[in-house]
Amino acid sequence: MAQRITRDEVVHVARLACLTLTEEEVDRFTQQLGAILLHAADIESLDVIGVEPTAHPLPLCNVMRADVVERSLNPDAVLAQAPEVRDGQFLVPPVLGDQP
Amino acid sequence: MTAADIAAAVRSGERSALEVVNEHLGMIEAQDLKVHAFNLVNAENARAEAAQIDARVAAGEPVGPLAGVPLATKDNLCTKDLPTTCSSKMLENYHPPYDATVVSLLRAAGAVSLGKTNLDEFAMGSSTEHSAFGPTRNPHDLSRVPGGSSGGSAASVAAGFTPIAVGSDTGGSIRQPAAFCGVVGMKPTYGAVSRYGLIAFASSLDQVGPLASNVADAAAVFDVIAGHDRRDTTSIQGFIPAAQAALNLGVDGLRVGVLQELSGGGGSVPGLAVDVLARTREAAEVLAAAGARVEEVSVPSCTLGLSAYYIVAPAEASSNLARYDGVRYGARVDAPTASEMTTATRTAGFGAEVKRRIMLGTYALSAGYYEAFYGKALKVRTMMLNDFARVYKDFDVLLTPTAPTTAFELGTRMTDPLTMYVNDVCTIPSNLTGHPAISVPFGLGDDNLPVGVQVLAPATHDTQTFRVAAVLEAAAQEARL
Repeated sequence: MAQRITRDEVVHVARLACLTLTEEEVDRFTQQLGAILLHAADIESLDVIGVEPTAHPLPLCNVMRADVVERSLNPDAVLAQAPEVRDGQFLVPPVLGDQP
Repeated sequence: MTAADIAAAVRSGERSALEVVNEHLGMIEAQDLKVHAFNLVNAENARAEAAQIDARVAAGEPVGPLAGVPLATKDNLCTKDLPTTCSSKMLENYHPPYDATVVSLLRAAGAVSLGKTNLDEFAMGSSTEHSAFGPTRNPHDLSRVPGGSSGGSAASVAAGFTPIAVGSDTGGSIRQPAAFCGVVGMKPTYGAVSRYGLIAFASSLDQVGPLASNVADAAAVFDVIAGHDRRDTTSIQGFIPAAQAALNLGVDGLRVGVLQELSGGGGSVPGLAVDVLARTREAAEVLAAAGARVEEVSVPSCTLGLSAYYIVAPAEASSNLARYDGVRYGARVDAPTASEMTTATRTAGFGAEVKRRIMLGTYALSAGYYEAFYGKALKVRTMMLNDFARVYKDFDVLLTPTAPTTAFELGTRMTDPLTMYVNDVCTIPSNLTGHPAISVPFGLGDDNLPVGVQVLAPATHDTQTFRVAAVLEAAAQEARL
């Protein structure tokens, strides 16, 4: 059985997803994601030439509301849910000097 | 008592809403330690709302169609007066600043929410075992799972804690637990019910819908919650629900297709149990006896649904769940820099299944694999829409089992995710196509646990699913007598 996803790829994907995995989790996810992707081989090998993709079940177009001022959520109630707030704004640790 | 009986008694003043609510709160208090249907019960709120309804009745003011009916609300629907956790540590202390549209509509109709029900974390799972707050158990057999992800809502109805509940269905999360718990569960047409205030899992698949102990009550809830909402841009304009009006139409002359690929044709559903298949065949016979024209029908692309779903849903989830960054709401784990804080927060806040889906979705969307997996999955969606459109030229509804088996034992499918995912094989097609589908209890399996059969219909034909389910329900009840 060909390996569907490597350990290195799992580590890379975890970094993209902002997750830190333990060594044991990397092993487990490599095996489990591999099994799921192996199952998905039936669509990977499918001939879909000429088939248009469907991203959404409804034929959608942009929906605009009337350009009228409305009452929105109370800013204090919204900010009350934030882990840290200062002067009506969300507070985060330093961004500059951050690791890429 | 059914929801209809309760509402009639409350409206006539024969029973007080407070009395009804207290009775159901008492049942929860006595039995929910064993079942764990609820993450949170808010007795005080419920009593206050019930007292308000009683005051309106006493004053001769109008009350809604669900006046005084106890309701269970899945804990991924935002409630202003109660925490909304998604059964995740990430949102353990989240108090939404607004109500979901569905929550507001049900309150306006007189339903009294007793609390928030357990689910698989962020609605990702088929057993409610992936809850950060512990599993829910099946009221029919406490060693079995209730199904998922709306396992708490289904268990609440099955245990008699509430006659009605609301859940969400992304790949079967209303219908499969309804089948496992022996209750009715319905996924509306995509866009028929507002998603405003439903915490997003996979936005092109998610839909809110009713669970109830019987078809008529499910139809009553559907008629309350369906309809256009300008706060959901995917809401269908001009959709007018009329499920209750169709309940007594019967199925004479209706064209019913037994969907071969999901009903045992050539072993196409791995692990489809013999007893479940037998109940599905019996359901087809019941409909034929009631005057429907029943035939076998093939929808070939259905066999690709599972693979397509487990690419599309995780892909959308990985994108939707990027919002949990420790900045605006939810948990935060402190760290010296912003990006370290976000990574530490997500690593601590998400459980194993959520991480697995985020990983899978991130992989499927990443450079080099996008076209091979996500692109292909979207084309499978088109193939399925085309296949169903062709079949629905000759058929009004389709019949399948809801799930391949009856409720399985806790802990038996947690190590291999694929064995869990296969549970959804019969329910997934309706999410990928956006079509309505209902699960209705139809007899028992060899283990004496409930079996559900599923009725599918084309987009916006939600009413047809209730109509057919009503006939199946009546036949199943008659057989039991």
